[in-house]
Amino acid sequence: MKPDTGWRLFLRTIVARAYPRVIGQQRVKKWVFFETVLPLIGTIAYVYVYKAISAPQDYIGFVVISGAMTAFWINIMWAMAAQLYWEKDSGNLALYIIAPNSMMAILLGMAMGGMVAASLRAATVLILGTWMFHVPFAVTSVAELFGVFMLSMVALYGLGMMFASLFLLWGRNAFQMSAVLQEPVYFLSGFYFPVKNFGVAVATVVSVIPLTLGLDAIRQLVFATGSSIGFLSVRLEIELLAVMAVAFVAGAKYWLDRMEKLAVREGALTDRRR
Amino acid sequence: MSPAMPDQSAIKTENLGRVYKTRGGRRRKSLEERVALQDVNLEVPRGEFFGLLGPNGAGKTTLIKILVTLLAPSTGRASVAGHDVATQPQQVRPLINMVSGGESSGYGLLTVRENLWMFGQFYGIDNKTTHKRIDELLEVVGLSDRANTKVSDLSTGLRQKMNIVRGFLTDPEVIFLDEPTLGLDVGASRDVHRFIRDWAAVRPTRTMLLTTHYMAEADELCDRVAIINHGKLLACDSPANLKRRLRREAIFHLDVSPLDGAVVDCYKLPGVRNLVHTAREDKSELELILDSDNAISGIINMLTEHRARINNLQKREPTLEDVFVDLVGMSLAEAEKHET
Repeated sequence: MKPDTGWRLFLRTIVARAYPRVIGQQRVKKWVFFETVLPLIGTIAYVYVYKAISAPQDYIGFVVISGAMTAFWINIMWAMAAQLYWEKDSGNLALYIIAPNSMMAILLGMAMGGMVAASLRAATVLILGTWMFHVPFAVTSVAELFGVFMLSMVALYGLGMMFASLFLLWGRNAFQMSAVLQEPVYFLSGFYFPVKNFGVAVATVVSVIPLTLGLDAIRQLVFATGSSIGFLSVRLEIELLAVMAVAFVAGAKYWLDRMEKLAVREGALTDRRR
Repeated sequence: MSPAMPDQSAIKTENLGRVYKTRGGRRRKSLEERVALQDVNLEVPRGEFFGLLGPNGAGKTTLIKILVTLLAPSTGRASVAGHDVATQPQQVRPLINMVSGGESSGYGLLTVRENLWMFGQFYGIDNKTTHKRIDELLEVVGLSDRANTKVSDLSTGLRQKMNIVRGFLTDPEVIFLDEPTLGLDVGASRDVHRFIRDWAAVRPTRTMLLTTHYMAEADELCDRVAIINHGKLLACDSPANLKRRLRREAIFHLDVSPLDGAVVDCYKLPGVRNLVHTAREDKSELELILDSDNAISGIINMLTEHRARINNLQKREPTLEDVFVDLVGMSLAEAEKHET
């Protein structure tokens, strides 16, 4: 039988590259523990801060939702953005490039696999946090909530896919970049407090991080007091997230093409240590 | 897109060259140029097992990188399976594969079978065919019982066998083997050689390009061998013909007590074409390529004058190592030291 080409090959590649992400994580049981239960401690700490100052119960819900979304950001920084650099080091990148598949399919596979793997941790934080602290959800529109979440994921992983090529071009600095972008993004995207508190100017600037608008919209849609703490209207946030999703995925394709061209021209990008 | 080159050689290069430009240092803005390949002309017909022999840094890997579409040539052109590698990489890629020595590709948390399946998918091979080929190839390389072992639990040798299977899994028209036995023990190397030979035997139209710095490997496996050094192709012929070039010369191996100045004096003697001196802890070894048998008497006299004791003197048939010494003026090991 003739091998698949075109979109069939594209889909095969996505599934194949997602596979190590989804299966690999479950192979080491202690990783599942460390990846899911330990991060809950950070979330719990913030919950107790809000409890100590007698903040409204919805604020505890904000923290639990943020704790769940943290899983995706960590996955994007360490398993998406830095991934091509690691692939280069192991020799996989050269094999990916010389295969007839599309490199974009490889990146999409990484993203899909990462999303599924991070969902486990996110779901654990959400379920345990909700159960432990009696988070009062009041979902106004399930369809909108689903739409916001999916758009946030596409925008976030689009950003991660774009970073993957950029981090590869930056070489060793990729690891520092991951570290540098982790904590500041927690702070700036309003992980543990509504971003509206920054004021309009700062909140507008930090809205370029898809997490900021995604979290803000999700909070507005799932808590009774959500609309009062929202930075922008949910509709506008959905529109902006859609623009970001398209822009980041297009950016990922642009930088991937540039990386491939540079790799072939310079040769250094596919070198590995023996 | 330009049409496929009419020529149907498996591999063809015309005046192929590659220059690397690197910055001298952090603060130096000027670019330093290093010539990795220079005017390489090569033609490998379909079905041939072709070897590229040379020390580390000779340009072997650069040539392979160009042929597998990973690197653009600076000058000249190259084609694989009739397609230009620079302008038609998408046509070349489904037809080729590559296995490198010391490779750590794949994912340690996946099993051997899962890793191989994954790479098969990148070539669009359906699941049934992929698993059938995996079973067959694992059986041949003796890895069947490790199919469900995590790759992180494999030894270096077993992991390299898996990499070999990965390369052959896609049944490529042209396969590039870049030092495939690097770091393997003798037994594992032998297994790899046997597998490669058997695979080629049942697929006479498939082409293999092997780079190695193991002379015996090239001698044993290849139909033709090209010797490359400093990016230049020095010779290209069958191992037998290359060795025949030295048939008229006399090749001697001598074990003598440790030498110092005597070696330098030996170079000056008439009839000495090349000499490789290896100093061991308690002795010196000399590999001599002489114009004729008569020249050995001069060597013996010279060594005697320097009070060196000759423990062993042996005349032997030429090897590819001797061909390399004759062409480059030093042994492969010396050439590698020189390079570093």
